[in-house]
Amino acid sequence: MNNIFKSVMTIALAVMTVACGSNVNKADREPQELSGAGATFPLPFYNVVFEQFGLVSGDQVAYGGIGSGGGVRNLRDKIVDFAGSDAFLSDKEMSDMASVVHIPTCMGAVVLAYNLDGISELNLSGEVIADIFAGNIKTWNDERLAALNPDVTLPAEAIIPVFRSDGSGTTFVFTDYLTKVSPMWASNFGAGKSVNFPSGQAAKGNPGVAGVIKQTKNSIGYVGSEYAFAQKIPYARVQNQQGEFVLPSSASISAAASGEIPADTRCSITNSDAIGAYPISTFTWMIIYKEQNYSDRTKEQAVATLDLLKYILSDEAQHITSEVHYAPLPAKAKELSLINLNAVTYDGVSILQ
Amino acid sequence: MSDKFYKVLLFVVALVMPLVCGGIVYALVTDAYDAFEHFGFFKFLTSKEWSYTDGAEQYGALPFITGTLMTTLFALIFCIPFSLPVALFVGEYFKGTKIAAILSTVTDLLAGIPSIIYGLWGFYTLRPFIMALNISPQGSGVLTASLVLAIMIVPYAASLSAEFIKMVPNDLKEGAYSLGATRAEVIRKVVFPVAGSGIFSSYILAIGRALGETMTVTMLIGNTNNIPESITSTGNSMASIIANQFGEADDLRLSSLIAIGLILFLITAFINLIGKIMIKRARIA
Repeated sequence: MNNIFKSVMTIALAVMTVACGSNVNKADREPQELSGAGATFPLPFYNVVFEQFGLVSGDQVAYGGIGSGGGVRNLRDKIVDFAGSDAFLSDKEMSDMASVVHIPTCMGAVVLAYNLDGISELNLSGEVIADIFAGNIKTWNDERLAALNPDVTLPAEAIIPVFRSDGSGTTFVFTDYLTKVSPMWASNFGAGKSVNFPSGQAAKGNPGVAGVIKQTKNSIGYVGSEYAFAQKIPYARVQNQQGEFVLPSSASISAAASGEIPADTRCSITNSDAIGAYPISTFTWMIIYKEQNYSDRTKEQAVATLDLLKYILSDEAQHITSEVHYAPLPAKAKELSLINLNAVTYDGVSILQ
Repeated sequence: MSDKFYKVLLFVVALVMPLVCGGIVYALVTDAYDAFEHFGFFKFLTSKEWSYTDGAEQYGALPFITGTLMTTLFALIFCIPFSLPVALFVGEYFKGTKIAAILSTVTDLLAGIPSIIYGLWGFYTLRPFIMALNISPQGSGVLTASLVLAIMIVPYAASLSAEFIKMVPNDLKEGAYSLGATRAEVIRKVVFPVAGSGIFSSYILAIGRALGETMTVTMLIGNTNNIPESITSTGNSMASIIANQFGEADDLRLSSLIAIGLILFLITAFINLIGKIMIKRARIA
């Protein structure tokens, strides 16, 4: 809850700063008001970036953290300039709407945050995580947990899994990982933005889940790393394909993205086989329409949208990522994204060329 | 001239409300139609599946109807021991005294507290307390939501009941006293029978309030899409599932959520109607 308050204050502060600083407009166009909605996962990063972007361009960016599912729905209803999503759109979702461009903005980790008295080190493997969230491992002193944590005495208490009650890209990344590592999970639950978890309790948004974990002894849940960090909740090391137990960090998240990236940047980097990779890592995207003239948007608004995305891809903005516990994009993803941005049009004419 | 003008103006203004109400019902029915058509009305009411799997979507309202009815029922049960004494205190024992005025004002104040404040209190104070007592491991659930709901509906039940208790004619009570009845006997044998249907209707209206409460319940019920197995289990109410999932829902899921909204609307309207009829009867008697 403290974190919600912090986010609200940050947004308020950002708006105020932008409002005061609008006379330092450096772009050769009128300052624009952009609006976006979606993932709460990258929200702490976006708060800082949007504020910085406001100082550079004079544009104001309002972003509603309503969950990836909600953001994509708003984009489909054509009421926002961009959607934020931790899950890339499936081919089916893309066929339901006008053609869109995915621009990755940063990488992050979904962490397993827990609340156990006096315990600050915990090792988990993919299959054990799947069994905890499927309700098969019910107590903390289960022998499979004990085998992973020989140096820690886990209490004989029931495990309380905490998950998301709203449609969420964080849920997608987490269940995408579980689907890859556990055949049991793949056949019973699968991957998706909303999954029917059989036990535990749910809360709305990353801040909601972090708040519940913080307040509930013996609970464990999945949240964006920044939320666990801000609430000072410990999170587990997760075993990767190499058998290493890895903590999420800028380096271990970056390591997960060392593989191939397709031209449209739609790819999952969970369960990476790279050395030192944190296995529940993900890109997070901003999604915009390829044709920017919709819902009476002006060309200047379209230009401002692209300016924002270019700014996020710049070294200056990418440098912020590690300060707020995310990781910078690999060079390849930036390169592909700049090419993809060139294809964005207004009335059929490329905006950037 | 001006008299006629006011008459027309009042008529138009008075017409707006029924129109708005009719419009809401119309919008709910048209948007919910898809879900009822796809699953069948009774199947939708009785199915406990709420599964999002693409292509095999199954939505049923039973877990949420159960959740709403359970939280409301327990809220009502927990509310009676608090609201009835307040009503007797204000309406009978200390009728017309300063302390009664203070008590009824304070109770009414409870009705003015925003539901998010109740939710926060429940989340940060009541929930850890329930965990500490080992009543339920996760703290949230039907019980926690019901307890907070009970406090929220106390003012509605108490102030209206007190009015009906005050209305019991003095002649009747004095008659009972003259026959040697004690105060407790007067309350049991005279006040309750006479004010009974009024008191009953005040609880009906309190139920109407509890049925639709969203924020507090969403924060405390645990938000799991299953039928609560016991009073300490987590679940979801009709209002809380809508609050949780409306943001990203589309197509069939959106229609199903609106259908749940329609059912909630109908249940609440029905309960309020019963309350209104009972009040009318109580007044006539």
